[in-house]
Order: sequence, then structure tokens, then C-alpha cells
Amino acid sequence: MSAHMNLTLKVWRQKNDKSKGQFVTVQANDIADDMSFLEMLDIVNDELTRKGEDPIYFDHDCREGICGMCSLVINGRPHGPKYGITTCQLHMRSFHDGQTIVIEPWRAAAFPVLKDLAVDRTSFDRIQQAGGYTNVNTGGAQDANNILIPKRIADEAFESATCIGCGACVAACKNASAMLFVSAKISQFALLPQGQTERYERAQAMVDQMDAEGFGNCTNTGACEAECPKGIKLTNIARMNREYLGAKLFREEDIHG
Amino acid sequence: MSKSKPVLSSSIGKKLIMSLTGLFLCMFLIVHLIGNLQLFKDDAGLAFNKYAYFMTHFTPIKVVSYLLYASVIIHVIYAIVISLKNKAARPIGYASYDGSANSKWNSRNMGILGTVILVFLATHMSNFWWKYHNDQTPYIEYRTDLSTGVTTHQEIQAADFHDYSIVSENGVEIVKARDLYKQVDYAFKNVGLVALYVIAMAALAFHLIHGFQSAFQTVGFNHKRYIGLVQFIGVWVFGVIIPILFAAMPLYFYFR
Ligand code: HEM
Ligand code: SF4
Ligand code: FES
Repeated sequence: MSAHMNLTLKVWRQKNDKSKGQFVTVQANDIADDMSFLEMLDIVNDELTRKGEDPIYFDHDCREGICGMCSLVINGRPHGPKYGITTCQLHMRSFHDGQTIVIEPWRAAAFPVLKDLAVDRTSFDRIQQAGGYTNVNTGGAQDANNILIPKRIADEAFESATCIGCGACVAACKNASAMLFVSAKISQFALLPQGQTERYERAQAMVDQMDAEGFGNCTNTGACEAECPKGIKLTNIARMNREYLGAKLFREEDIHG
Repeated sequence: MSKSKPVLSSSIGKKLIMSLTGLFLCMFLIVHLIGNLQLFKDDAGLAFNKYAYFMTHFTPIKVVSYLLYASVIIHVIYAIVISLKNKAARPIGYASYDGSANSKWNSRNMGILGTVILVFLATHMSNFWWKYHNDQTPYIEYRTDLSTGVTTHQEIQAADFHDYSIVSENGVEIVKARDLYKQVDYAFKNVGLVALYVIAMAALAFHLIHGFQSAFQTVGFNHKRYIGLVQFIGVWVFGVIIPILFAAMPLYFYFR
């Protein structure tokens, strides 16, 4: 048997990227504690639609914690009050009857609000396009185990590769820094043999793009690591700094000659 | 991928400057502390005043001291530049924000802690550095009987003081020096100043508990095997021992 609750939502409503937004109070009634947070918003939106009002606009896709589309700062915490999960994995049993819940979009100059709670995260795409790839030969696929990789290195690269690009790290950081995301993307290639060809150019290009997008500077508060739904570690940022500074000091792309 | 931007205009480059100047200042703290521990000697300041002369007149140390002033200035300038950039990165803040859920208070307030340190530094320099360099300290003469080792001292007038000197005549060693020790003793009779020093050392402690390990992270040094040691040094040496010993100096003069 699931308990039901009534909640007061303070939701950020903003018509479009040009307009000024504001908080609007909405009631969410008869919410089952087995529902996910997004299902709760679905119910609120059904109600709004029935009344002929504009439903609350929010991002989502997979609803199982793998796509990175859902966002929301809930009572001051990206992806809500729990650690290690996305908003779509958050359940209403984390809240109690009568509670007021403040729901805001990610706040960053590089993540402009599109509408209500949805922000434009294409700045992440542009960082990725600047260097988050490897070049491979076309033709038949190579045998999987042709290149030997020690298991601990493969594991470490895989850990970095679990970043889903949600942007919670930026949302949590008091400086709106994207370094956890960028460092995860740099690390997953820097660790593997397949990523060596572009290794040093990649670190420079991605950091340059990150700066150009207007993200802040990391001050190592660790808020990103604490709020990341995928447990991406701060050691990635140290690795990025090494990759970048190493590239600048010793491996400038100019050739001798 | 095209040609990249110069290192120091990048976010990581600016942080590199912060961390290197910060670590240099940390090294200075150790030297400054060890020298100043001579204030606790009950010798009317003989050892301390000799040390003060040495530190202000030995060329390699003078070079390092200019590097030090430059480090403070650069550290502060970059702190401002980085803080402004970080503010601009989030033009609209959160209505509801729970910083303590994911980070430590001192890591989020390095600028405030740094500002307290800066106010302290300005006061500290004008009380001691400026007075010492502008003939505003008293003068003292120590006479040590070389056969018995007994030292006596007396304040002397500016007219009798020409320069720092050590001469031996008739088995007596005479040291004439600027009496910075006396200036310290005098300054720390002021309860307000003592309070400022203690508060500033608390701010320094919290600045460095975050800052020391943060600087290693910034330069890319975060190795599983050694990071525990770095954190231990940051907390215990720079966050506890050094600030407490510094804070003990004004308290010692005030209460003795
Ligand atoms: C004895 C004096 C000082 C020492 C030993 C010191 C040391 C440090 C260290 C080691 C860091 C870490 C750098 C990094 O994270 O890479 C730091 C950061 C910082 N310092 Fe200082 N500092 C001092 C004075 C000041 C002053 C006077 C200010 C400003 C008015 C200041 C402002 C800051 C700020 C804002 C940061 C944060 C930057 C960041 O975390 O990235 N500091 N300091
Ligand atoms: S590092 Fe974590 S919080 Fe940041 S984008 Fe990747 S998954 Fe999201
Ligand atoms: S909707 Fe895909 S991760 Fe939440």
C-alpha cells in the first residue's frame, strides 16, 4: 500500500529564453509515494492541461538514469535530495505530506533557460565536438582484443565514460564550472591507447571550448563530485589539469624543424 | 582541432597561477614561523633583532622577499579575476541553495577568508615592516661580557645609533640594533590588534585547510598513494600547527 501526499510546488516558470521568469506556486495533490518525481510532474501537468493552462516544461527522455536529459534543482540540490541518482530515479517517498518543494532549472550563463525548467545544454555538445572523439580507420572492425589494455586502466576509463552529460556538476558548482564533465570526457580517451593520437590536442581544444562557453573556474569545492549521479571522481579533474598543462608545457602541437 | 589559446588566458592556467603563488606563500609561512619563534626567547630580543637584521639585509633573502610581495599581489589579483569570472558564470542564482549538502564551508568562502588575511597583512606590514624600514622603531644596545656570558641591555637614542653593528672591545661584545622586539612587545599590548591577529590566523587556518590540498589538485597531483599525506599536511601542519603558533605570539606578549 502506498501512502498519498499533498505537496506545494514552487516552480520556475519562464515563457522563453527572452522573457524574465518567476516562481509560480502550484499544488500537487494525491501523489503516491511510489511515483517518480517526473511522474508527479506529469500528474500536475495533466491537471494544468485540463484547466487549459500551459503545462510545466521540463526535460526528460529515458526515465531510467542513462540518457542525461532530466535535470531540475530540487530544494537547492541538483537531481534532488538523494546522492547518486538522477531526477527521473528520484521517488516521492523522499518527500513528506505537506512539504513545499522548490523546483528550479540548472543555473549557468552557459545553460540559458529555454522554457520553464528546461535549459539549453548544447554548450556541452560543442565542447564534445571540439575534441571528444577519436579518429578510426574505416573498413572491417578490428578484433576486440587486438590492443591489450590492463584491466585497471580499462576500468578507470570506463568509470569516466559513465558520465551521461546531464550537467548536474555545473548546476551544483558555486562557480558553474564544467570541469567535472570535461575532465570525464578527456579522461575516457586519455587513458586508452585508442585515444592517444589526438591526446594533447584534445585536452587543449576541449578546455578552450569550455572557457569560450563561459563556464566558471573550478575552485575544488567538490560539490560536483558529491552531486554527480554517476559518481564521476575529482581525480578526473586532476588528470585533465595534467593533460592540459602537460600539453602546454611539453607537447605544443608545433613540430621541430 | 586548431591551434589553441595561450596557457595563462585559460581557466586552468589562471588556477595554476593561484596554486603556485599560494604554495609559495605556504613555504614562506614555515620560514617566517621558525624565525619568529625567537620571540619566545627570554633575551630582551637579542636573537630576534639579529635575525630581523639578517632577513632584511642578506641579498638572496631580499630577492626572495620581493618574490613574496609579488606573489601576494598576483595571488590577490587572480583571486579577483577568477571570482568575477565565476560570478559571471551564474548571473541568476538559486532561490533555494543548500551548499553544505555537497561542499565544505571554507571551500566556498576562500575569497572572504582571503580578504580577512589581506586586511591582516596590510595591518601587519604597516605595524612592523613599515616601521622597521622607516626608522620608526626604538634602538637598543646589548652588552655581553664574553667571559661570564652575561648580557645587559639598554635603550639608546637615535643619535647614538648609526647602523646595526657588532663590536668587541675589552672582552665585551656590543650589539646595536633596531629594536623590533620592543615594537612587537608594544604593539601586542593593544587588545584590538591581538584580536585581529587571532581572527586572521583562524581565517588562515581555514583558507589553508582547503587551499593546500586544492593547490595540489590544481597542478594535477592527486595520486591515491600520496594524496592522504598531502591532506594530512594541509590540515595538521598548515591548518592547525602553524596558525596556532602564530596566534600564540600576540597572546604571549599580551598576557606575559
Ligand atoms: C599567507 C597568505 C595566503 C596563502 C598562504 C594562500 C594560499 C592559498 C592556496 C594554497 C590556495 C589554493 C590554490 C588552488 O586551489 O589552486 C589559495 C586559494 C585562494 N586564495 Fe589564498 N592564500 C593567501 C592569501 C590570500 C589572500 C590575501 C587572498 C585574497 C584577498 C586570497 C584569496 C584566495 C582565493 C579566492 C582562493 C581560491 C581560489 C581557488 O580555490 O581556486 N588568498 N590560497
Ligand atoms: S560529470 Fe556527472 S554531473 Fe557532470 S555531466 Fe557527467 S554525469 Fe552529469
Ligand atoms: S530522463 Fe534519462 S537520465 Fe533521467
